[in-house]
Amino acid sequence: MTEPKMPLWEVFIRARSGLAHRHVGSVHAADAEMALQAARDTYTRRGEGLSIWVVPSAAITASDPADKDALFEPTASKPYRHPTFYDIPPEVGHM
Amino acid sequence: MYTQALNQADTGPKVIEDADKLARFEAKIDAEERIEPNDWMPEAYRRTLVRQISQHAHSEIVGMLPEGNWITRAPTLRRKAALIAKVQDEGGHGLYLYAAAETLGVSREELIDQLLTGRAKYSSIFNYPTLTWADIGCIGWLVDGAAIMNQIPLCRTSYGPYARAMIRICKEESFHQRQGYEIMLALCRGSAEQKAMAQDALDRWWWPALMMFGPPDAQSVHTEQSMRWKIKRFTNDQLRQQFVDATVPQAHYLGLTIPDPDLRYDAASGHWRFGAIDWEEFRQVLAGNGPCNRERMEARRRAHEEGAWVREAALAHAAKRRARAAAAKIAAE
Repeated sequence: MTEPKMPLWEVFIRARSGLAHRHVGSVHAADAEMALQAARDTYTRRGEGLSIWVVPSAAITASDPADKDALFEPTASKPYRHPTFYDIPPEVGHM
Repeated sequence: MYTQALNQADTGPKVIEDADKLARFEAKIDAEERIEPNDWMPEAYRRTLVRQISQHAHSEIVGMLPEGNWITRAPTLRRKAALIAKVQDEGGHGLYLYAAAETLGVSREELIDQLLTGRAKYSSIFNYPTLTWADIGCIGWLVDGAAIMNQIPLCRTSYGPYARAMIRICKEESFHQRQGYEIMLALCRGSAEQKAMAQDALDRWWWPALMMFGPPDAQSVHTEQSMRWKIKRFTNDQLRQQFVDATVPQAHYLGLTIPDPDLRYDAASGHWRFGAIDWEEFRQVLAGNGPCNRERMEARRRAHEEGAWVREAALAHAAKRRARAAAAKIAAE
């Protein structure tokens, strides 16, 4: 088939005010306006959202799963970034 | 709906996989970790999933046809609104599933092409006709009921995007079954003619619904690998038995008779034992010789062809707007 490919868009939805937009899936559409329309029909049939973002999938840069250790493992050796690392006498109270 | 694709042999070329990578992959599966799109996976796993997820998607899309047949003739506005919403859900489910399949590196256009050229299959159940309004009740009650049995374990399938699509689908599916049962209930509480219509629909849908779970375990050799890779979590026969056990009391509540003279309750095991399934009928339907195979494919091909100008126009319009915006930007500089 020689039909040209419809661009792919990633869909993010804010479920309630106060919450961040969250990735829910993707849609194919010719342009941003139609992608919004398709996202609305596909992902909000039961009041799932108050706001939709659509982003061209090609615009997303993702980390490589193969780099997982190099990127994220070093934080495991830095417990001093967590509050429980520090000893505070109980009589000081909640801090 | 439906894991019928998992009963097929994987016919792709045998690939010699890197032993270390394979061991790490299998350890991940054993540890109940999910496999994500960019993770390494054996070719046979990828191919099995593309086949399974896309055939599942095709089933949702083709499944819109038998029910769509009754939208204009639904008996009340309430029933009509529910049926439209249900058919729209099936379309949505097809789209979630196509998107999940695409994460494995196959394009939407290729998947649609596989369906329209007959290289990909869809669930056997949609090759049966919807002759009366009671068929809409039976589809919701039995076909969606069977689909839910199949789909709930798929929420824990090992491939992340498929599992997430299934969670969403299962949440939406339960209204489908309830609206179907409510239709059956209304008919069974109605006139003698209405009740006879309900019984006739059950007589026609019962056996095809049992076939939806696929061939008996003794014959479906290909499920073994899918079980090991946790794509599939229960065997065909386990799910079929679970469905029969859940459904028989529901039929009795309606005052309907299951069209199986051998059906009996086995008190020792707590299961409803059912008679022999006509697997020749199932093979014929899968081979393209069911009552509606040709009609369904014609409808899908026609819809695709008739929509071609819309897709073309949308892309042309988007290209024109991009070009105009670019020209305006240059003019402004």
